[in-house]
Amino acid sequence: MADSDVILLDLWISVFGARVRIALAEKGVKYEYREEKLDDKSPLLLEMNPVHKKIPVLIHHGKPVCESNIIVQYIDETWHANSPPLLPSDPYLRAQARFWADFVDKKIYEGAKKIWTTKGEEQEAAKKEFMDVLKVLEGQLGEKPYLVGESFGFADIAMIPFCIWFYTLNKIGNMNIEKECPKLAAWVKRCMERESVTKSLPDAHKFYELVLEMQKKKGQ
Amino acid sequence: MGKRSEIKLLGTDASPYVNRVQFVLNLKSIEYEYIEENLACKSELLLKSNPVYKKVPVLLHANKPPLPESLIIIEYLDEIYPDIHPILPSNPLDRADNRFWASYIDNKFFPLFEELRQTPGKEGKEVIKKQIIEGSELLEEAFVKFSNGKAYFGGDDVGYLDVVLGCFIGWTKFFEKHIELKVIDELRTPKLLEWTNRIWSHEAFKNTIPGNETLLDFYMMLQIHKPPRAA
Repeated sequence: MADSDVILLDLWISVFGARVRIALAEKGVKYEYREEKLDDKSPLLLEMNPVHKKIPVLIHHGKPVCESNIIVQYIDETWHANSPPLLPSDPYLRAQARFWADFVDKKIYEGAKKIWTTKGEEQEAAKKEFMDVLKVLEGQLGEKPYLVGESFGFADIAMIPFCIWFYTLNKIGNMNIEKECPKLAAWVKRCMERESVTKSLPDAHKFYELVLEMQKKKGQ
Repeated sequence: MGKRSEIKLLGTDASPYVNRVQFVLNLKSIEYEYIEENLACKSELLLKSNPVYKKVPVLLHANKPPLPESLIIIEYLDEIYPDIHPILPSNPLDRADNRFWASYIDNKFFPLFEELRQTPGKEGKEVIKKQIIEGSELLEEAFVKFSNGKAYFGGDDVGYLDVVLGCFIGWTKFFEKHIELKVIDELRTPKLLEWTNRIWSHEAFKNTIPGNETLLDFYMMLQIHKPPRAA
C-alpha cells in the first residue's frame, strides 16, 4: 500500500490530532503533516470536512476520514497487517475499548475546559465533576496496565493526549490530579514510555501558556 | 446461535436508541428477552448494569458483563453474528463514513430535539427549529450519497445508517403532530421522505417503532422529570 499517499490536516496543540499522530506512529505509517490555522482554514480542510470544518482530517488516496476516534479505527482497519493491533481481537473487549474511547469524548474535553473558563463556585463545581470523571477512569484501570487489558490500544490513545492538560488544570484549578489519581498517574508514565506518544504530544507547558493567553484575551 | 435466554435487552419502548438495537436483533433473527425499564424509577438491575451512565439500552449477553451504548452494542452484535445480515460494510473507508454520520446524528442532530423541548420562549425555539431543518437537509444529502439511487442508506437493503436514523421516524411523526415541526417533508427532503415510508413498512422495523401514545406518555414523563428551563 502506498503509504506516501497519507496526509494529516492537524493543529500542533490539538488533543484530537495527537490521537491520530499516535495511531499512525504505532503502525509505522509515513504521512505528510499539514498544520492548519483555526482562523484561516485551508480550502482543502473546508473541502474535506464540510460538515464540521475541523481538524484532524486524514486524507488517504484523496479520500477524507474525519473525527479522531473514527480515524484511529480506520488506521487500525486499513493497516491491520502492521502490528500492533490498536483494538483487541475479542468482540467483547473491542466493545469495551470503544466504550472507554467514547467515554473520554463525552466527559473529558468539556469537563476540563469548564475548569479554566469559570471562576468561584462554578469552578469548584466543575473541579469536583471532573475529578469524579477521572476517578471512574481510575476505577477502570484498577490493577491493569492499560485501560482495556494488557496492551496499549484504542482507549489509551483516546485518553493519553489529555494528560497534557493536567499541568494546566493543576495550576489554574489549584488541583493535584496525580495525587488524587495515582493509578492514572502511573498509567500516564507507562504510556509516556512509548515513542509514539512522546513524539506526538505537544508540550504541557506550552499548552499552559496558550490557556493563560486565552484567559488574558477574555479578560479573566 | 441466539437462544432466547442468551441475550437480554434492557430498554424502554419509546427510546430510539433502544429501538436501534431491536432492529439489529430483528434483522439478524436473534431471539432475545426484552426487559422494559421505567426511566422515572430505574431498577437495581439497570443501575448495576450501567453504573457509568444509568441509561438504556443495555445488552446482557450470556455471562458477559453488561454492555451499554446503542452504537457500541450494534457493532458488537455485528461482530458476533457477522454472517446474518451484516450491518456495517467491510471496507474501512465505508465503515468510517458510516460511523461519521452516526456520530453526526447522535452528537449534533438528535440532541437538538431535547434542546428544543428544554428551550423556553418562541424566539429561542425558532433558532433550534432552524438548526433542525438545516440538519435534516444535510441528512438528505447524505442519503443521496449513500443510497446512490437505491432504496436505503445501505443500498438494496437496510444497513447501519438505516438503523441509526430509522429509529427516529416515530418521533418525527410525533413532532409533526404535536409541535408543528416537519422534520422531513416533500419539498426539502423528498428522498428521505420516500425512505421513511420504506422503513415504516419494513419487516424488521414496523412492529418495533413506537406509536403516538407511547411517545406521548414518554414526552409527558420528560416534561415532569426534566422540565424545560425557565424563561
